[in-house]
Amino acid sequence: MSLSSRHLLGLNGVPGEDIQMILDTATTFREVLERPIKKVPTLQGKTIVNLFYENSTRTRISFELAQKRLSADTINFSTSTSSTKKGETFKDTVRNIEAMKVDMIVVRHQSAGVPQYLTRISKANIINAGDGLHEHPTQGLLDMYSIRERLGRLEGLKVCIVGDVAHSRVALSNIYGLKTMGAEVSVCGPSTMIPYGIESLGIKVTHSIDEAISGNDVLNVLRIQLERNAGIRIPSLREYHQYFGITTERIEKLNKDILILHPGPINRGVEISSEVADGPYQVILDQVTNGVAIRMAVLYLLGTMH
Amino acid sequence: MLNPAQDLDQKNDLLIENGIIKKIGGLKEEDFKSSRVFEFDGKICAPGFFDMHVHLREPGREDEETVETGSNAAAAGGFTGVACMPNTNPDIDSAEIVRFIKEKSKNHLVDVFPVAAATLGRKGEALSPMFELVESGAVAFSDDGTLIKTAAVLRSVMEYTKMFNTPVIEHCEDESMADGAMNEGLISTTLGLPAIPNVAEDLVVARDIMMAEFTGAKIHIAHISTKGAVELVRQAKKKGIRVTAEVTPHHFSLTDDNVKTFDTNYKMSPPLRTRADVDAVIKGLKDGTIDCIASDHAPHSIEEKEMEFIYAPNGILGLETTLGLALSELVHKKHLTLSQLVEKLSINPRKILNIPLPLIKEGETAELTLFDRDLIWTVDISKFKSKSRNSPFDKRLLTGKSLAVINKRKMFVEGGFIEI
Repeated sequence: MSLSSRHLLGLNGVPGEDIQMILDTATTFREVLERPIKKVPTLQGKTIVNLFYENSTRTRISFELAQKRLSADTINFSTSTSSTKKGETFKDTVRNIEAMKVDMIVVRHQSAGVPQYLTRISKANIINAGDGLHEHPTQGLLDMYSIRERLGRLEGLKVCIVGDVAHSRVALSNIYGLKTMGAEVSVCGPSTMIPYGIESLGIKVTHSIDEAISGNDVLNVLRIQLERNAGIRIPSLREYHQYFGITTERIEKLNKDILILHPGPINRGVEISSEVADGPYQVILDQVTNGVAIRMAVLYLLGTMH
Repeated sequence: MLNPAQDLDQKNDLLIENGIIKKIGGLKEEDFKSSRVFEFDGKICAPGFFDMHVHLREPGREDEETVETGSNAAAAGGFTGVACMPNTNPDIDSAEIVRFIKEKSKNHLVDVFPVAAATLGRKGEALSPMFELVESGAVAFSDDGTLIKTAAVLRSVMEYTKMFNTPVIEHCEDESMADGAMNEGLISTTLGLPAIPNVAEDLVVARDIMMAEFTGAKIHIAHISTKGAVELVRQAKKKGIRVTAEVTPHHFSLTDDNVKTFDTNYKMSPPLRTRADVDAVIKGLKDGTIDCIASDHAPHSIEEKEMEFIYAPNGILGLETTLGLALSELVHKKHLTLSQLVEKLSINPRKILNIPLPLIKEGETAELTLFDRDLIWTVDISKFKSKSRNSPFDKRLLTGKSLAVINKRKMFVEGGFIEI
């Protein structure tokens, strides 16, 4: 049994069997994480580079930890400046790293398409850790894992992605992955935050948070990213919270069985109230733990492919 | 021989002596016994083609293209004349630079007509020295690369150019909405690339048409790409407003679907649009709303183009694939007749720029393009005369190709120049 591709570029087009295999493999690694000695020798001798062109704390740490748990050798390359400003082209940087004989590259970049581009210029296995507003497949996988862990299944569930869908790489990966696994996906947010033509992907759109809460089994609440120019698309964070924020009050009134996910980092009091963020409906910290297991599973499955 | 401008459509022999058309038809043995004879039986001879939108990169980026290599590419593609855009370094905003380019192209088969910057440094603030620019050879004004930023400056530019009857060529894209890497649509949603909506172009086309009506000056819409813009131009023409438009081969032969590969050779400004837009520009070509085909030939170095998608520069080469694409996509698909194609590639661009039209007539200077409408060939970027290689059409099969061009007592044939 092995995955159908030697890269993980996104969840678009990834067959259900592959997703299933990753989720099942992650279950095994999730158990490893509970052991007193949380390390397995599976990727011993493999060299993995974390190529991060964009600031990221949790995703990078999560990948790094997953690599260490699998006994791989890890190198971090982080820069927040674009290659154009740096003087060395992205391609040259990659070739230099490649010349040091690496087996896998985990990449995060501001530009969509960079992981695809990497597959053309490098022989390593490529794992997308977020490209532009395109995809963030391991986040999609860990979200699915967390839902499955809590609700026992994905098929037939109603999942709504809430917030700035247009400027989210998490949204697309969730949409592709969840739909493949038989869930019904919708989005909720102010109309300025819903991307063009999303309905054509078979996604229902609502602008009512009450409707989203009452009509779904799961809400995946996105971070309102002020750094992504949210300022011209919503009047204020206060108004956003008032009309789209997830509060205990709303949940208790509308749907006490809802499961709340958030990819983090959370803006307390904006997209989610503190009470909800720390309350019984959410699995935010489980997602973080599961993220390590998912990344271990992906690294393991790609790293041991022949 | 085909020239709709003189109602010419006949099969005949042509004798050229010292670069002048000496005789058409009725040639006797002694007329050409000391001449070199080229057989173009069944091929088309048209007034030399003219590309009114190319970037020659000189001065400033001679590593990407020069006046000479760009002119070579033009000759290879079937063109005897080009108009080059002012976004060089320094910009073409002084008589000195215009003269520099004219001087560089003086001895080349291909005539180069500089388009000067409408404003100093293309900054959209102060007018460029237009009298001086026209006097030294500029044929139009444009801040190409960007639009003329404010309506007030546009008004001033247009009113001033009325004195020369030169058109203002606009790159129509609202800057506040143009901060993207591809067309906004379902494809951009699925690719997660920042995107530019059609309305960014439509808005500026509408503004410019209104300004042309208000000032009575001539506006030329560069590289029109949206359905809405085509309709705006169509209505404006009906009202008698002095507006003309060009379309690039990539905007009638590619769509945003091509961007799915993340190949930066599909990144241009304006971006590749949807099938509906492509259909609309083809319809616009057909009914005369779009006057001409221009390549927007934009050479970029491999290092610059081979980059992360959002950082790669816009634009692709065009001179050596325009004719093949136009014949394949427009003539062979029965959207345009051959006569209409000659109008779009030769007659109309010269009319727009007030450049005399070459005639196929005894006693006239021989400025001709000879092409084979049916020759099937494969694009090979490694054989391009251009200095750059950024074309998405590499390995594409095209039907129709230029065989030779003649101008200024020179002929480009079989891949090289000869004196005639």
